[in-house]
Amino acid sequence: MTTKLHPLLIVFAAVIFAILVAPLFIILGAAVSDTSFLTFPPQGFTMRWFTNIFDITAFRTTAITSLQVAVTGTFLALLIGIPAAYAMNRFRIRLPSWLSNVFVLPILVPEIVLGFSLVKSITIGLELPVFATLLIGHTLLVLPYAVRVVGASLASFDFSIEEAAISLGCPPLKTFFTVVLPNIGAGVVAAFILAFITSINDVSTSLFLTGPGVSTLPIQIIAHMEQFFDPTIASVSVLLMILTVGVMAIVEATLGLTFLTK
Amino acid sequence: MTVSLTLDNVSAHYGSTQVLKDLSLSVKAGELVSLLGSSGCGKTTTLRLVAGFLEPSAGSIRLGDRDLTRLPAHQRDIGLVFQNYALFPHLSVRDNVAFGLKQRGVGKAERDAKANAMLERVGLSAFAERMPAALSGGQKQRVALARALVIEPPLLMFDEPLSNLDAKLRVDMRVEIRRLQRANGTTSLYVTHDQEEAFSISDRVAIMNAGRIMQLDTPEVLYQRPANSFVARFVGFENLIEMTVTERNGEMVTATTKAGASLTLSQTVYGAIPDRFILAARPDGLAVRQSGEGIPVTLGIRTYLGRAYQYQCTTSTGDLTGNGPLSELLEPGAQAVLVPVPEQCCILPPEA
Repeated sequence: MTTKLHPLLIVFAAVIFAILVAPLFIILGAAVSDTSFLTFPPQGFTMRWFTNIFDITAFRTTAITSLQVAVTGTFLALLIGIPAAYAMNRFRIRLPSWLSNVFVLPILVPEIVLGFSLVKSITIGLELPVFATLLIGHTLLVLPYAVRVVGASLASFDFSIEEAAISLGCPPLKTFFTVVLPNIGAGVVAAFILAFITSINDVSTSLFLTGPGVSTLPIQIIAHMEQFFDPTIASVSVLLMILTVGVMAIVEATLGLTFLTK
Repeated sequence: MTVSLTLDNVSAHYGSTQVLKDLSLSVKAGELVSLLGSSGCGKTTTLRLVAGFLEPSAGSIRLGDRDLTRLPAHQRDIGLVFQNYALFPHLSVRDNVAFGLKQRGVGKAERDAKANAMLERVGLSAFAERMPAALSGGQKQRVALARALVIEPPLLMFDEPLSNLDAKLRVDMRVEIRRLQRANGTTSLYVTHDQEEAFSISDRVAIMNAGRIMQLDTPEVLYQRPANSFVARFVGFENLIEMTVTERNGEMVTATTKAGASLTLSQTVYGAIPDRFILAARPDGLAVRQSGEGIPVTLGIRTYLGRAYQYQCTTSTGDLTGNGPLSELLEPGAQAVLVPVPEQCCILPPEA
């Protein structure tokens, strides 16, 4: 027996679904349009905007920078975030309750403000190279995801399991890697994906932190659009979509996507 | 290799709160001692101190000739069984049991063989490949027991191991724990809040209150001869009557209650009676009679126990509970006396 759905509910769901998916189809259409400007519905069919991406050096170099920053920044954030989340769950009684909120500040503060303050303190204050500044900025930006998502996993972790391992002769640090980490693996992967996607998509913070010769892909897309407004933008977006779907497909096949919605 | 566990004047603090006060405890080689008390009495703190998860603020802990006091927890070589089993969710039953052997550098073939043999002893051979999530509570606790035993620790510790199991399984499991503990002769410390469990499984029981051991004795002695009024109440001596000696005549002592009721007690039965004392009795230690020498009371609610009637009685100095014979049905409101049954009562020092 199936539950009977109200016809209006079905219509409502269909409309919402269409609104969510339609822009993606529009971009797909615009990307293959045989015109020199962005348009939908597409006029004609061509793949030249896709090959055009690879002819423009700026797209290639910024894509590489974006990936480097996203991967390294996410790793750094996890490197800081996992121990922080661990400590906050393990020693909850002994730590002040506001401490965990400190790690969410980068999300709460408007990104523009975060970007500006980083320029002020790191680029100008410390005079670090652009790439290093970008990396520090992105690490800070995605740190909340690392702490919160890993923290949620740890909140349901039974720490007596850790004590059991220690009592059986496993040193504390080794216990973390052999017993704690395998049991919060799904949370770590979820944190990685959320952080990675946040970093690769970021505009506001990067806008402040990119500089001469070093830029990220989203910033390059904006720069390109301001100058040319051709379907290359749409084709880059399509490639980014395929990348995201690809990542999700791999995750779904190996771990399942349910942990993202839990 | 059986060794004794000795705690010497151990104190522990949580922040500025002292949770253990100069606690001394000795568990003899091969003995099973229970720490029994309500929550917050310090029994779990004691276990965690011995395990090395807490550090004492004073005192020393020794296992055989090893000083454990400042030794890191993972070097203590103690088998621990937890209330919530604490199995490793990501490892199979066999790998759970073999975990401790792996830490000790035992080769794969040997540790699997030992784990299998231990699983056989707890009756779980067929479950070696399963993951913990696919086991029932009783099976999980058997795995936890096997995991603690397989490393052949000189000391086993149990932290409320049966609290999450249902009543029937609790009885089966405590017999099982006792059997395995006896077979290995492993010195054991067992923490529980369940009196029946502690008394049935232990060689000796330490009854704890507010960070101190109130009495450490065999279950028989605790049950029949509590040393103080806290332990007496704990083991069911509901009636605690303050008395003062008024006359001594050889072995016979006459004492009165605060309300002035007079009783004659024999020191051959009760042992030496101090000038001030508490007469402690369970309901079946105070016989309800219509008249005679005893404590005069007014009868209240009567309940039927099968072997006797039980009466809630009131006196001018408080309520008492006594049992009366089935042959004699007394009505609420009637006047009666409560007569101590010598073998069922005991004499305690007065409360400080």
